[in-house]
Amino acid sequence: MDEEVTTESRKETEVAPALIAVHPTGHHIAVAVGPELRIFNLLNNSAVSLHDDSISGDNHFHKDNIRAIRFGAKGKLFVSAGDDKTLKIWSAESWHCILTVSSEKRVTAVAISNDGLYVCFADKFGLVWVVDLNQTSIDKKPTPLLSHYCSIITSLEFSPDNRFIISADRDFKIRVTNFPKNPLNGAHEIQSFCLGHTEFVSCLAFVPAQESPHSLLLSGSGDSTVRLWDISSGALLDTCEVAVKAGLLESNDNTEEHGHAVTDLCTTLDGLLVAVAIQSLRGIVLLSYNVSAQTLSVAKVVSIAGDTFVPTCLANSPPTRELWMVTGVSSLPGYDYPSLARVLVISGIDADQEPVVLGDDKIPGGVKLLETLQGTAAVDDNAFSVAAEAVKAAMCNLLIKKQYPFENREYRKKTRNDRKLKE
Amino acid sequence: MPETGINSTFSKSTGLPRKRFYRARAHSNPLSDSHFPVPLSPSHVDYSLHYPHFFPSSDQADSSKKIKFADIGCGFGGLLISLSTLFPETLMIGMELRDKVSEYVKERILSLRVANPGQYQNISVVRTNSMKYIPNHFEKAQLSKMFFLFPDPHFKEKNHRRRVISPFLLDEYAFVLEVGGIIYTITDVEELGDWMKTCLENHPLFEPLTEKELEADPAVKLLSSATEEGQKVARNDGQTFQAVYRRIAASDQIS
Repeated sequence: MDEEVTTESRKETEVAPALIAVHPTGHHIAVAVGPELRIFNLLNNSAVSLHDDSISGDNHFHKDNIRAIRFGAKGKLFVSAGDDKTLKIWSAESWHCILTVSSEKRVTAVAISNDGLYVCFADKFGLVWVVDLNQTSIDKKPTPLLSHYCSIITSLEFSPDNRFIISADRDFKIRVTNFPKNPLNGAHEIQSFCLGHTEFVSCLAFVPAQESPHSLLLSGSGDSTVRLWDISSGALLDTCEVAVKAGLLESNDNTEEHGHAVTDLCTTLDGLLVAVAIQSLRGIVLLSYNVSAQTLSVAKVVSIAGDTFVPTCLANSPPTRELWMVTGVSSLPGYDYPSLARVLVISGIDADQEPVVLGDDKIPGGVKLLETLQGTAAVDDNAFSVAAEAVKAAMCNLLIKKQYPFENREYRKKTRNDRKLKE
Repeated sequence: MPETGINSTFSKSTGLPRKRFYRARAHSNPLSDSHFPVPLSPSHVDYSLHYPHFFPSSDQADSSKKIKFADIGCGFGGLLISLSTLFPETLMIGMELRDKVSEYVKERILSLRVANPGQYQNISVVRTNSMKYIPNHFEKAQLSKMFFLFPDPHFKEKNHRRRVISPFLLDEYAFVLEVGGIIYTITDVEELGDWMKTCLENHPLFEPLTEKELEADPAVKLLSSATEEGQKVARNDGQTFQAVYRRIAASDQIS
């Protein structure tokens, strides 16, 4: 039950959403689609070639869908990890793979400590591991840090002051744990739990520290809300029903509809604006964050006209105030394409300005960037609507608990041989 | 209300529920996603449902009184019932995963309350998976005692991670226990006893009670005698292995 996943749902979860990340300086854009990592250098306007000699033998690059990518806050490191049960740590300067770490289970989330000393990753069974990058031994084995009992961890974040590590899971929980000086012995002191979501938590983001004395956390969930938390107490400060406010969902909609999950969050403009991606929205919602009242409200809904563009991942480029978005999947059964990806940029994310979706000709890096990151400059719109549905189905299958109807349960129990069933 | 006659689920003479109508397997799968209600957060726990005598209405006027003792895997409720009269002003709850067994405990408590006016108002039971949902039921540092009596040993090594005492779950138990709060464990399986003791010994937020403290603690004596499981072990002249530890503050640890 816990180890095996039925073949049908496994095929569906094979579909992995495309991911995007932006280097803190804004100079590099990384996109992961399926097992491929594509990096573009905006400084010299060229694609980056990766070098991976981290392990002897032929285990170069990822062999299966990448599920998480991230740049370190200092800009020196980049990590990628996923279904091939490896975590690769790259130098974000030379783009050589520094280290490949093996995981027992598929990796679902990664985080890098702000001082660049530790990399944490979470697996499908709820365990969070830590790797010490300073260890002088060649064999840098991960050690267990903490665990969410039997739950899939969907997101990992370090607090800006590096005091806490936040882990979110599919059982609606967010756990805030003190990150100790010697994390290799485990992180045992839980600071708080942020409880309030009524569905799986899908993404986390911090409101940048300068705006508030304590660290405030944002979370997005399958319950179609974005919530604001005070992590030191676990208190829920505000809930924003983004799907309702964006007009996608009726507020009194009681059906078990899970099509409006929040899939990604990204803070922009020093934390005053939050970009939110929703499963059913062809565009993003911009929330504004009121510092003094500690509340969230919908500022704008930015629709992407023309294309079927449901973003699967968002990334902020702080220096340029641009929001980078990607949509895509690792594979699409029934189509010839090995994978699909489309990159778009929104500029002018500002309280006063109107955000503008940049045309392909105006995107930084231009056609060359699009060719590198998308695999091709031209895109087939049809394929993307199918892709969006595939990603939605995969997320639901993975993160939403199956409700077996009563008759079904009795039928499944018929094969039990340890008790007599009343005939 | 219970029917009369030989096959009634409640005994006519004692007014208590009959165990044979609440038969359940000894094991329950803690990994399956059972369908029972889970409170969204500790503030959503309905005290008026569990302790109507102390909380007459849903609006908790006296929100300063909170559950202090938790019996994890309370089985048929023996420990709770013994503790109830020992600590009559303390609110306690039992957590039990098995449906039928938690029903039995509910009925048992209700019958005891009827038969003994004013007593047993401070105990209750909730059907839940304590390995997943303890943070949903209890706030930080809320509990002063947690009991783990005769937990499922999960003998096979591949199932060790299903054990209710583990290095990771101890993080959560330490979170809900106040500094100075006590965790009590007992088992008749020696290997499990060693395992639990080792987990507690290695966890930075727990230290063992001294012999003197164990002697002085009235709850310790109940560990081996108060529950059906404990009585069965005694009947069979079995040995028990206990580990009783105190939750300490993080700064007290010797790193």
